[in-house]
Amino acid sequence: MSVFKHPGAFVRKLAVGASMAAATMLPLSQAAADTIKIGYMLPYSGTFAQLGEMITDGFNLALKENGGKIGDYDVEIVTLDDESNAGRATRNMQQLVSGENVDVVVGTVHSGVAMAMVRVARQQGTILIIPNAGLDAATRQLCGPNIFRTSFSNWQPGYAMGHAAYERGYRNVVTMAWRYGAGQESVAGFKEAFEELGGTVTREFYVPFPEVEFQAQLTEIASMQPDAVYVFFAGGGAVQFVRDYAAAGLKDRVPLIGAGFITEGTLQAQGEAAEGVLSALHYSEALDTEENQAFRQAFHDEYGKYPDIYAVQGYDAAKLLIEGVNQAGTKSRDDLIHAMRNVELSSPRGPITMSRSHNPIQNMYLREVQNGENVVIGTAYEMLEDPGTGCAMRDVN
Amino acid sequence: MDLSLFLIQTMNGVQYGLLLFLIASGLTLIFGIMHIINLAHGSLYMVGAYLAFWISSYTGNLFLSILLGLPIAIVLGIVIERFLIQRLYDRDHLDQVLLTFGLILIFDAMQSIIWGNDVHGVPIPDALRGGIMLTENLAYPTYRLFVSGVCLAIAVGMFLLIQKTRLGMIVRGGASNREMVSALGINIRWVYTLVFAAGAGLTAFAGMIAAPISSVYPGMGNSILIICFVVVVIGGLGSIKGAFLGALMVGLVYTWGTVLVPQFAGAAVYALMAAVLLWKPRGLFA
Amino acid sequence: MRSLPRSVQVFLLALTVLLAFYPVFGEMLVGDRYDYWLQKLTSVMILAIMAVSLDLLVGVTGMVSIAHAAFFGLAGYTMVMVAPEWDAGSIWILLPAAVLAAALAALVMGVLIIRTHGIFFIMATIAFSQMIYYIFHDSDFAGGSDGTYLFGAPTVELFGRELLNLSDRVTLFYVTLVSLLLVYLLLRTMLRAPFGRVLFGIKENEERVRAMGYNPLYYKLVAFVIGGTLAGFAGVLSATQYQFIDPSQVNWHLSAEVLIMVILGGLGTLWGPILGAFAFEGLHYWFSSMTRYWELPMGVVVILMVLVLPKGIAGGVMWVADKLERRPSQKVQREETAAGRPMEVKHD
Repeated sequence: MSVFKHPGAFVRKLAVGASMAAATMLPLSQAAADTIKIGYMLPYSGTFAQLGEMITDGFNLALKENGGKIGDYDVEIVTLDDESNAGRATRNMQQLVSGENVDVVVGTVHSGVAMAMVRVARQQGTILIIPNAGLDAATRQLCGPNIFRTSFSNWQPGYAMGHAAYERGYRNVVTMAWRYGAGQESVAGFKEAFEELGGTVTREFYVPFPEVEFQAQLTEIASMQPDAVYVFFAGGGAVQFVRDYAAAGLKDRVPLIGAGFITEGTLQAQGEAAEGVLSALHYSEALDTEENQAFRQAFHDEYGKYPDIYAVQGYDAAKLLIEGVNQAGTKSRDDLIHAMRNVELSSPRGPITMSRSHNPIQNMYLREVQNGENVVIGTAYEMLEDPGTGCAMRDVN
Repeated sequence: MDLSLFLIQTMNGVQYGLLLFLIASGLTLIFGIMHIINLAHGSLYMVGAYLAFWISSYTGNLFLSILLGLPIAIVLGIVIERFLIQRLYDRDHLDQVLLTFGLILIFDAMQSIIWGNDVHGVPIPDALRGGIMLTENLAYPTYRLFVSGVCLAIAVGMFLLIQKTRLGMIVRGGASNREMVSALGINIRWVYTLVFAAGAGLTAFAGMIAAPISSVYPGMGNSILIICFVVVVIGGLGSIKGAFLGALMVGLVYTWGTVLVPQFAGAAVYALMAAVLLWKPRGLFA
Repeated sequence: MRSLPRSVQVFLLALTVLLAFYPVFGEMLVGDRYDYWLQKLTSVMILAIMAVSLDLLVGVTGMVSIAHAAFFGLAGYTMVMVAPEWDAGSIWILLPAAVLAAALAALVMGVLIIRTHGIFFIMATIAFSQMIYYIFHDSDFAGGSDGTYLFGAPTVELFGRELLNLSDRVTLFYVTLVSLLLVYLLLRTMLRAPFGRVLFGIKENEERVRAMGYNPLYYKLVAFVIGGTLAGFAGVLSATQYQFIDPSQVNWHLSAEVLIMVILGGLGTLWGPILGAFAFEGLHYWFSSMTRYWELPMGVVVILMVLVLPKGIAGGVMWVADKLERRPSQKVQREETAAGRPMEVKHD
């Protein structure tokens, strides 16, 4: 695969390309030579605790399937609860990187915390694998050779849905999202694709995060009568929005479409109100592939519960690392980065490869809620690659 | 913008304002009569919402949950007043601020210990599901109309109670002259306990009926607390009438702000408060 | 403001020296965790600057303000907005801009609320500081609810020569320590001047101050602006340390925590709140290492503190010092009143 004979030279070239990134890699004292030390920096308390646990379970399952080892290395794990607290994130990341001297950090869910982690990783050069946070910048302006992501960029589901929406014949769409990074980036992705093709986003509504009072905006939407409404909400906000949307009588008049999180892990609480909601995402629990069936069975056997998208992202984070070490034959940083960059995985979600800015290139599925399940009704966009705008590594092969 | 849209948005604002009144009235009652600043007021709102969620997950019926949950909230109010607040009557406001902030910390921790940190929805009672079609596209949820009706009824009831009854007289007397009321042979301590429990009950009740509209989530009490402060600052300390008008103003400004200047809807409410303070430094009705 | 008993002076000096030598002996003491504690101590000293400046309002002048975090955060946000997006800014621009923004905000807020009293004052400070919170939380600039980053610590250069490297943690530690000492000495000097006596007088009896020919509103406003400005200065140090700012640093919860530090340390003593900041953060660290629900024991501590320990740590230190120096009991009583809080409280 590689066009570089010497991985070291490759990483140096990336470092120059990514300006300051990793330019200050220092020879840190690391864990014992025959052990690979991994730091989990994930939320184990607070709003995202559930997600943190699913990611951890997914990661651990992959390790277990690999005999508890990575390559020839024993695995040592340090766990740190990031509480989804962005103010404390730099300190926490420093603690893993300089206090515990881990080889690899895995984290996190919250984009603000991930931003801090990316910044520290860029300075210190420690390998970081992001198993959820979708902030575009992590694999765009702030990308770095040592920073990988196994989830998605916020842009991806939005862009895919923009395509699907146009293909379904919608021309005027109103968008609505929380006013925070993820919401705005998702809407930007949608708008980019939708308007590229000739559609019009008539109005963008934003609600302060994490507020759940939507009545005023729903009133406006009813009076505007768009072809569809594109939304980005997750968790409790998604539950409340879908229910309010139905209660306002809009459900049967204006189709509701969104980034997949609108119906992810929320269907039970949304009930009847969610029927017919269309969404784009890189996974669905109902995905009918051999890999997905096997994974779901293995996960259920191990933990007594069924995995969700977060478990898949955690699982793939471990797979990326395992495959990387296998191919490099070492945990030595430069060689490992070079190998991880070229890993190809058969994930439960389908095939994934790393883009040149280290974001997964993957299928975006189009899902429709039918009888309380996200049924895959097609592919919204095949093997979608984040453009990696602003990432200097983008052009390095 | 056509007339019907204008009217519906105004209705949204009034509905939000009425709910705010219900929460703020307990706060202003406690201020006005007991001279106590209770930062944990928002926590009681949260407790109400969680009780509604918790009990209705067993009973499946919101009204039954309110019936069962309200006494719990009132007892909680009595306990807090008897064991903590009562020690503060002779202390300065600083101690009140600190002690009730301590209570917030405890309530927040208890909430995550007992109920966890997930967001929960509370189902709308079957009888109040659905909506009334206002325009050809927009239905107004029946439950929201119901909530507005309840808030309005309570507002009228409170007004009558305070203006027309003996209890109200004692309460008003307690506000203006403690010693005199005591001289009349009325146990002022119990009046205070009663008032505090009533304030706690009102707030918890607001949390309960708001739960199906707002969802139930950690930290929900803290944002509502601050908005209530704004309502009370606008209306004037201790004035029920002021709280009512202040709440409606805040509700309307917030809703119209959301429609017209979405980025500054949150701040617009505070700008309103600043304007009122410049004009009447003690609020509209104090 | 009287001078401290000799034993207390020695005690405080010893603590300062101990703190100053942490970078020297820290590694021996805590090993791998040296770096973590270096940063932790820096952040606690920043909070101490906030606490001591809040003491000027609450402990000295009797204005219970819950708006201190607003000035702290506003300064941080100003730095982010003034600094270039993809380069480190110069301290000569960022520091004055940020501190000036905090001072202006304190002036505007002060003019609006300085006439109010008691509960009303408290609520108005909370409400206005939340207004600033919502401006940052709900709008697009500076990252909204996600918060935003400074590109790097401000540069300190003179004629193209680097004087200090604020990204260096040890340097920042000493800069913060010196700042804390300077702020303390500044306020102490100020309070010993006639200006300070007027402020203490306002707390005791505002009407009497007025009768003596001073305008208490003017003095209160000046104190409010000085307090807010110093909180802004603490905000600059904090933004330099973490190079990150989000709305939680403007939230009234932070103001309330700083207020707890002030009370925990000892109202109106200036040095007490500094100890209070260390005690509060120490408790926080201890509780959260024991349980994920650290708020529970912390809430209990706060309530107990109000009910049984109204004079805080400073009260305890003074008590021990007085025992040691065997002061006449009458004098002790008077000092305690000055160090603690007024015995007599009226409703308004």
